[in-house]
Amino acid sequence: MTLDIIDRLAGIEPGSSLDLVRAERPAARDNAQESHLALFAPADPRGVSLLERHAVAVFVTTLHGAGSSGVADHYVSELTAAGASDGLVAAVLAAAAAGAASGPYGAYPPGPLSAEDAAGPEYAVPAVTAAALGERLAAAFAHAHLLVFRPRDASPAALAALTDAGWSVDDIVTLSQEVAFLSFQLRVVSGLATLAALPADTTRSSS
Amino acid sequence: MTDLSTTPAPDVRPDQDRPVAFTQDALGWEPWLPPLTEDELTERHWSGLVDRSRAKSEYFMLLARDPDILGARTRTDKDIFYNTRTGLPRAERELAATAASRFNGCIFCASVHSRFASHFSKRQDDVQRLLDEGVGADLGERWNAIVAAAVALTATPIAFGEEHVHRLRAAGLDDLEIVDVVNGAAFFNWANRLMLSLGEPVHEHER
Repeated sequence: MTLDIIDRLAGIEPGSSLDLVRAERPAARDNAQESHLALFAPADPRGVSLLERHAVAVFVTTLHGAGSSGVADHYVSELTAAGASDGLVAAVLAAAAAGAASGPYGAYPPGPLSAEDAAGPEYAVPAVTAAALGERLAAAFAHAHLLVFRPRDASPAALAALTDAGWSVDDIVTLSQEVAFLSFQLRVVSGLATLAALPADTTRSSS
Repeated sequence: MTDLSTTPAPDVRPDQDRPVAFTQDALGWEPWLPPLTEDELTERHWSGLVDRSRAKSEYFMLLARDPDILGARTRTDKDIFYNTRTGLPRAERELAATAASRFNGCIFCASVHSRFASHFSKRQDDVQRLLDEGVGADLGERWNAIVAAAVALTATPIAFGEEHVHRLRAAGLDDLEIVDVVNGAAFFNWANRLMLSLGEPVHEHER
């Protein structure tokens, strides 16, 4: 089995036509993997624990719905491996279930684009999960929901809410990179898995 | 009673300094959190910046607070967009990036990558229609297929499916070129979320 996480999640077999297609972008493939490792197996996790990183990953991937359940299942396994209790895993999944929405939505700066403003839910973790998650994760999930579904609503106030919950500036950069990276990883996996499920296009040659 | 003279100054710029429409003009970007300064940089930070010239960018100097993920992200970005020995022309990778940015609502990202799309395609008016009319603009079938695929990938939950692959193949794209569309759109789901949530665009003449 390949160690490349995107290949594994997308079902790309070594030697398959898509394996060869991905090999045409070797630095993108290697550095998508390096990005994954930098976030989920860092040499030094610094201010954001592995437990927090994997809890956020389960939350973000679960928000992407049933079509991304294979990716979410991977991160649930990783969250458990990182030492999460059954109670914490259940709380993370319950918090994600309460955040289901359809994006992107949100508001533009007032002006001609205001006609495109689209309303949608503003998320806070359900009260029943708040104790299990704790203040830091509750704030992280609210911010992650903002980034996943309505990034154009982001604001200094949203960052201040993270600071108030104990996230340092360095921590916020790491958290933001994690949510944004997962948004990328989920989409590469979706695109590649869709291609992998179809017969290869043999009518044209890439090279 | 509120004494207006004691109202604290807002920590964001006045609205008139902020772009309120999509544009191909060059924009600036200002962080909401403090970037590192050059005298704070270690070799690990310089490595994360990849190109030393990126130390002049407040965006990259903020992201340098987590240098490992920044470096891997930058190298992923470069291969997805600059490795054009095979696969999709650069113009159409930039089109996918622009479509994702337009749909998510990232005025800054859309300005940079619409300029690239125009430069490499020489189709500035079509690119402007994508910015002005949105992702439903009629740009001819090949570009429409690329935009539709980028938009479906950008939706949350992800809406990309076999129908998008079939439409791209019918428009003449082989599987490597389709992976280039997927990578380009997916990468901007990473970039948009950072640019939108860690700062804001400003008119370039302010700088």
